[in-house]
Amino acid sequence: MELIIKNGSVFDPYNGIKGDKTDISIKDGKIVNKVSSKATVIDAGGRLVMPGGVDAHSHIAGAKVNVGRIMRPEDTRSGLKPRTKITRPYTGYTVPNVYAMGYRYAQMGYTTVFEAAQAIMKARHTHEELEEIPIIDKGALTLFGSNWPTMDFVREKNMDKLAAYVAWGLLASRGFGVKCVNPGGGEMWGFGKNVTSLDDVVPNFDVTPKEIIVSLMKANEMLGLPHSVHLHCNNLGKPGNYKTTLASMELANQVKASRDRQVLHVTHLTFNSWGGTNWGDFESKADEVANYLNNNENLTGDMGQLVFGSATTMTADGPVQYANAKLLHAKWGNGDVELEDASGVVPIYYARTISIHAIMWAIGLELALLTKDPYKMLLTTDHPNGGPFVNYPEVIALLMSNKKRQEEIKTLNEAVHKRTKIPGIERELDFNDIAIMTRAGTAKVLGLLDTKGHLGVGADADISIFDIKPGQIDPSVEHAKIKSAFSSAAYTIKDGEIVVKDGQITATPMGRTYWVNASVPEQHHREMMKDIVNKFKNYYSIQLSNYMVQDEYVTHPEVIKAGAIPVEVS
Amino acid sequence: MTVITDALCPFCGCLCDDITVVVEDNKIRDVKHACKLGASKIMGHHRIKAPMMRKDKNSTFTEVSYEEAINEAAWILLNSKRPLMYGWASTVCEAHKKGIFLAEELGAIIDNTATVCHGPSTLAVHEKGLPTSTLGQIKNRADVIVFWGSNPVHAHPRHMGRYSVFAKGLFSEKGRKGRKIVVVDVRKTDTANMADEFVPIEQGTDYLVVSAMRAILSGHADVVPDTVGGVPKEQLVKIVELLKTAKFVSIFFGMGLTQSKSRYKNIDNAISLTFELNSFTKCVITPMRGHYNVTGFGQVCSWETGFATAVDFARGVPYYNPGETAANDVLIRKETDAAMIIAGDAGAHFPADSVRHLARIPVIQIDPYWNPTTEVANVVIPAAICGVEAEGTAYRMDGVSLRMRKMIEPLYPTDTEILDRITERVKELKGE
Repeated sequence: MELIIKNGSVFDPYNGIKGDKTDISIKDGKIVNKVSSKATVIDAGGRLVMPGGVDAHSHIAGAKVNVGRIMRPEDTRSGLKPRTKITRPYTGYTVPNVYAMGYRYAQMGYTTVFEAAQAIMKARHTHEELEEIPIIDKGALTLFGSNWPTMDFVREKNMDKLAAYVAWGLLASRGFGVKCVNPGGGEMWGFGKNVTSLDDVVPNFDVTPKEIIVSLMKANEMLGLPHSVHLHCNNLGKPGNYKTTLASMELANQVKASRDRQVLHVTHLTFNSWGGTNWGDFESKADEVANYLNNNENLTGDMGQLVFGSATTMTADGPVQYANAKLLHAKWGNGDVELEDASGVVPIYYARTISIHAIMWAIGLELALLTKDPYKMLLTTDHPNGGPFVNYPEVIALLMSNKKRQEEIKTLNEAVHKRTKIPGIERELDFNDIAIMTRAGTAKVLGLLDTKGHLGVGADADISIFDIKPGQIDPSVEHAKIKSAFSSAAYTIKDGEIVVKDGQITATPMGRTYWVNASVPEQHHREMMKDIVNKFKNYYSIQLSNYMVQDEYVTHPEVIKAGAIPVEVS
Repeated sequence: MTVITDALCPFCGCLCDDITVVVEDNKIRDVKHACKLGASKIMGHHRIKAPMMRKDKNSTFTEVSYEEAINEAAWILLNSKRPLMYGWASTVCEAHKKGIFLAEELGAIIDNTATVCHGPSTLAVHEKGLPTSTLGQIKNRADVIVFWGSNPVHAHPRHMGRYSVFAKGLFSEKGRKGRKIVVVDVRKTDTANMADEFVPIEQGTDYLVVSAMRAILSGHADVVPDTVGGVPKEQLVKIVELLKTAKFVSIFFGMGLTQSKSRYKNIDNAISLTFELNSFTKCVITPMRGHYNVTGFGQVCSWETGFATAVDFARGVPYYNPGETAANDVLIRKETDAAMIIAGDAGAHFPADSVRHLARIPVIQIDPYWNPTTEVANVVIPAAICGVEAEGTAYRMDGVSLRMRKMIEPLYPTDTEILDRITERVKELKGE
C-alpha cells in the first residue's frame, strides 16, 4: 500500500528538517523516496508533521501495573468509554486497561512505548499484557540491579559471566535492555532494609550499589546492547538525594560507550533532584543535575514530570514505596520477587497547595529547560508515577510557553518561588525541541534510530500529524491550542496504516514487541549457567525449564541482535 | 512411552511445576511428585462423554453433536436479557480472554469462583493494598510463618514442603528447625498439630483478635482484655513479640478468614497488621488461593476491564459493584435469566437460593466433569482438561504466571475452542 503526505510542516530533527514543506512517501509500512501516482494522498494543509512519538519510560504492562488496577477500582471508574465496532472498552486514568493504553497513546500520535521495568520471573505476565495492547510497538526493560546472580558475578569480578547472565536474562524475559533500580536496595528490602549510599555494602553479597552500576554498564557495553543501562538511582524519594544522583552520574565516566549513545540513562529525574535535608527545607536541585548533564556527553535523563491530580506510584524500589505508604497513610502494594527485586505500588494525589508537590512540578520543568541539549532530557511523566501519560500535551504546552508556566505558578504553593528557579526561567522550547524530546531523542537513547524517531528513507512509517500550523501559531500565547492539538492527533500513521484520524481510532493493528538477543561466547554461557542451575536447584520456587518466556507470549517479535565485543575501560 | 518432566499440576493454587508424568498410548500411566489431590486429577476420572441437551430440567439428557450444543448455547445467551457467565477457576488465561470478549459481545455479567472464596480479599485490597511477595521469597527468608484460617495439610498439601514450613533456602537453610509456625483456627486442624503455637479462637472473632494484636503491637497492651475471642492475652502478647522480633514474617490466610463473620473486614485488618509489622520487621501476607488458576482470572479480568471480578457489561463499559454485580447477587435477586457455568461448580458451592434460581433458568455448562451443576444444566458441553490435555497460562497464588503443558492429546475440544465457536455463532445470529 502506498501513501503520500503532502504540504506538511515537517519537524524531523534527526534529518535536520525544521518546519520545511516536505512530502513524505510511504510504501509497505516504510518511508521511501517516492511512490507511484496511485498512492493515497493525505493533504496536511500546512499542519505540523512529526515522526510517531516514542516513549522510553512508561509503566504500561505487567505485575505492578495490574496490582495498581486491582488496588484502585476508583481509578478504573474514571475514563470509561464503551466498546465500538473496532475498539474494546477504555477504562482507567492512572492505570488504564490494556486497550486504553494503546488507543490513548495512538491518539496522542505515539507509536512506540517501552515498559520501564519487569522482573525476569514475572516477564511472562508483562508480555501477556503487551500482547493485548493494540496499535503501538513496545518492549520492556528487564531488572538486573538486585538479582542474586548479578551480585554474585559482580563480587567475583567476573564480567564474562555477568555479560552472559545479562544476555540470558534478556532472552529469558524477552527484554529490551538493562534496568537497574535502587541497586542493592531490592535485595535489602527482602529483610525490610535499604541501602543509603553508593558505597553501602549489601549484606550477604558483599557488593556496593556503585560496583553493581559500574559492572552492569560494562556488561551492557560488552554486549553492545542498543540501549544503555537505565538507572533509577539510590535514595529516590529522600530530600538531598541529588548528591547520590550526581555521584551515580559520575560513574558513567568509568565506561566507554560501544555505540553512538550515552552509557547511562538516568531516569525520572524529578524524583532524584532533591535538595534539603528534610520535608521542611526540601528544595529543587534540578539546576545542579542539568548543569552536570550540560557538561558531560555520556549521559541522558528523562523528566518524570509531575502532573497535578491523581497518580499511582509504582516502582521496583520496594523500600521507598513502604516509606511513601507510611507518609501518605495510603494503601500499599508490595511485590518482592525471589532472587530478583522488590516492587511497590502506592496511590498519590499531587496537590497544588502542597509545597513538596509544587516544588516537584517545578523540578521536572527546570530539568527540561535548564538542560541545553534536548537530546539529553526526554519528556516523560514516568507514567503513572508523576502522572498519567495522557498529560504529555500539558507538559509540552508548559515547556513551550512561559506565559502558561507563570499562570500555573500563581495557583501553586508559594514554596515554588523560594525553593525553585522556575519563576525566573524564560526559555520556551520550540517544535524542534519537542520533536527531539519525544521522538528523535528517545529513539536515539533507546538505540532505535535506524527505524524510529525520524522520517528518513528506511524508517518505519510511524507518523503523527497535528492540527497546528507552525508558522501561524505563537505557542507562547496560544498554549491551549498546543495542548489540545497534541492531545488529539489529526492523523496517526503506524507502519503506513492510518490508525487515528481526527483524534478517533480508525484501525487497531497489533504492534511489534522489541527484544534483544545478545550472543556471548559459548563457554561464558556454560560457566554462567552452572550458577543459574544451582540457583534454581536451591533457591527459586519454580523449575528452570518453566522460567523463560515462551514464544507463545511474543507473537509479533522484532528481535534486535547484539553480542559480546571487547570493552575499553578507561 | 513418553516421560514428561517439570509439568504443572492443574489442581490447587500452589501450581507445582515439578511433576513427572509417564504417558503411553495417549494415556497417563503414572504421576510422580504430585500430591494425592493433584495426582488424582492428572490420572483422570469420570468424564462427561459427549455434549448433552434436555428440554426441561426434569427430563433426561440426550447426547447431541457439538454443533447442536454450541448453537443452543448461543441461542440461550442471545435470548437472555441478563446473562451470567460464571466459573473460570479451572481453566487457562487464554479461555478467560475469550470469555471476557464474549461477555462484552453479549452485555453479560462475568464473575469467577472468588465470589465464594477470596472475593472478600479483593475488597480488602481495594481498601488497604496488598503487601506480598513471591513464594520463593518466603521459602528463602521467612523465619515466622502464620496460617490463619487455612489448612494446607489438606487443601494445599505441597505448600509446606515447597514454599513454607519445611522449605529450605539461602537464609533458611535449617528449614523447619529454623522456623516458628503459628496457626490460628477455630479447630485443631492437622496443620495446627504441627504448629509451634496454636491459637484456638472462637468462631467469628478473627477481627477482634487481629485488632488486639495491633493494639499490643502499637504499645497498647494495657487496653486489651484478659481474653479476646477465647485467646488469653498472654498468648497474644507472646505471638506479637514473636512476630515483631522475627527477620521475615509471612502470613497466609484462607477461607476461615474470608468467609467467616466480618468477611472482608478481617482481611482489611490483617493487611493493616502486616503494614504495621513492617515498621519492626519484614512482613508479607498472601491469600491461599484454591483452584490452580483462580488467580489468573483476576489478573486477566483486571488488565482487560480494570476490575478483578464481578464485571457487568450491560452498559457497554465495564461496571463493577460486588453486592450488586457478583454472581450470587444476580441469582438471589432472580435477576439473571440465563447462565453459562464454565470451569467452576456453582451447583456445589453456591447458596441454596442461588442454586434454586439456576434450576429455574436455562443453564449452559462447559466442564470436563459431571458435577452438581450438571444437575441444573440444560446444555452440557464437555471440554478438555487444561494442563493435562491443553496448554495455556496459569497464575500461581502469588501471581507468578507459568505455562501449563499438554501431557496427552485431547479427545474433547478445549475451553478456548468452545468459547470461540459460541462467540462465532452469537455473532452470526446477531448478523455481524
